[in-house]
Amino acid sequence: MSRYELRFSGAGGQGLITAGIIMAKAASIYEGKQAVQSQSYGPEARGGASKSEVIISDGPIDYPKVTKCDALLAMTQEAADKYSSDLKEGGVLLTDSEFVLRPPKGNFKHVAFPIMTTAKEEVGREIVANIVAFGAMVALTGQVSRENAEKAVLSSVPEAFLELNKKAFTLGYEKALAASA
Amino acid sequence: MAKKVAFIQGNEAAAHGAIYAGCNFFAGYPITPSTEVAEVMSLELPKTGGKFIQMEDEIGAMAALIGASLGGAKVLTSTSGPGLSLKQENIGYACIAEVPCVIVNVMRGGPSTGMPTGPSQSDIMCAKWGTHGDHPAICLVPASVQELFEETVRAFSLAEKYRTPVMIMPDEIVAHMRERVVFPEPGEIEVINRTAPSVPPEQYKPYDTSFGDVPPLAAFGSGYKFHVTGLNKMQDGFPTTKAAIVQAEEERQVRKVEANKADIMKWEEYLIDDAEIVIVAYGSTSRSARYAVNAAREQGIKAGLFRPITFWPFPEERLLEISRKTKAFITPEMSLGQCNGVVKGCIEGNAPVYGIYHVDGEPVSPDEILNKMKEVK
Repeated sequence: MSRYELRFSGAGGQGLITAGIIMAKAASIYEGKQAVQSQSYGPEARGGASKSEVIISDGPIDYPKVTKCDALLAMTQEAADKYSSDLKEGGVLLTDSEFVLRPPKGNFKHVAFPIMTTAKEEVGREIVANIVAFGAMVALTGQVSRENAEKAVLSSVPEAFLELNKKAFTLGYEKALAASA
Repeated sequence: MAKKVAFIQGNEAAAHGAIYAGCNFFAGYPITPSTEVAEVMSLELPKTGGKFIQMEDEIGAMAALIGASLGGAKVLTSTSGPGLSLKQENIGYACIAEVPCVIVNVMRGGPSTGMPTGPSQSDIMCAKWGTHGDHPAICLVPASVQELFEETVRAFSLAEKYRTPVMIMPDEIVAHMRERVVFPEPGEIEVINRTAPSVPPEQYKPYDTSFGDVPPLAAFGSGYKFHVTGLNKMQDGFPTTKAAIVQAEEERQVRKVEANKADIMKWEEYLIDDAEIVIVAYGSTSRSARYAVNAAREQGIKAGLFRPITFWPFPEERLLEISRKTKAFITPEMSLGQCNGVVKGCIEGNAPVYGIYHVDGEPVSPDEILNKMKEVK
């Protein structure tokens, strides 16, 4: 049975838990697959490195945590160092090129672009960096369609910020495709 | 019409399950990692005309539950580890006074403050023996967000049907993970309410066994007056020390659950039929175990999973039956052998029972279970 494991990591407060929830929601509510989301909890979730894990499958998911990571997002150097050891051979790593200056080495695909800067300068708000990253992860992992992913974003954010998030999602999606081409 | 679905956390599902079951009173004292149950109840209960009270402490919350339930409400509290310890005196009171109530206890590391944010399964014996004296115990241990919703509904029905406290005990992993929940339509899951008295107030006795082991319960304020106490009591609710009555009443209280085990027990068997190694695991650990069983089968190891959904009363007769053709049992658990002891206690030495114990705030991984299977094969 297909089992696809993703981890969204970065600094506490960057919205990566939300990004993970939206990915799982896209898969389980809109894509018709099954998904489980879990996250770091307690002191570590409030500063320092933080992570959100998502398992996606066509069938029932037993173990709800990552065993071997298929796709990892690391927004910071600390997250990249802490969470990349179980990245699968042939997996994919997405990093923010301005914050992860020493990306982990391994037999996996590495894609990088300035995620925070894209949010700040092209979308206009740094706070949507998590949605830029989410759009990029959707493009790189192919687990949910672009359309369903966008629906999941739009159903998860306040109405006043729909356009902002839509733009963030689109830019992230397209930049990841361009960066991995 | 398409059913309502949502992608929510286990704790949120427990709260929505309570609302579905008709819960209209919540009293609690917030504690990690169960707080979201109280949070959702505080938002949802006012919408349905129910009452939410944040009490001064856990035992006060339990006292409020008893009072509200005797007033006819369907009642819930939620807590974790240290809070469960603090509630115990009044849980015993609810047992002897036979007051329906539901307690969500999200298991975190202990004893005492322990590891507030770490998952655990070490309250399982506390669910049975936490309060002193002989008393009935019902404890449900769901393993998914959907199951947590559904078992919370069932917890209410069991509490009402048997006039006794029911505990629902997800570990922190089940309580905090998010999964899709399909909300059942009203009426789709059976909701049982307590039996109201069929006699007029002047003939009513709160522990009238002529109606069976579970006497009808009148609501205070409905014209029925009766005495409630934590002392051993007679049929009219007043205290007694008469040996024959105390003996009979104590036995009846325990019998309410023991004689109805078949109705209360629930478990899942996965690939048990030809299994040589049987994993006994519940809650999130059963999900590691299922993963490991599948991996073992791919490697030619005949493994199976026995997953209690009701932990108390424990499905001991069925496990004894399985043990007659099992070479070895393994109990992975986030406690130091509590489940292992229970399994050993019911299989009459028919097979060795190996344990894998984590109390470090980490789940038991599928690899650990698989490695143990290879070791004992």
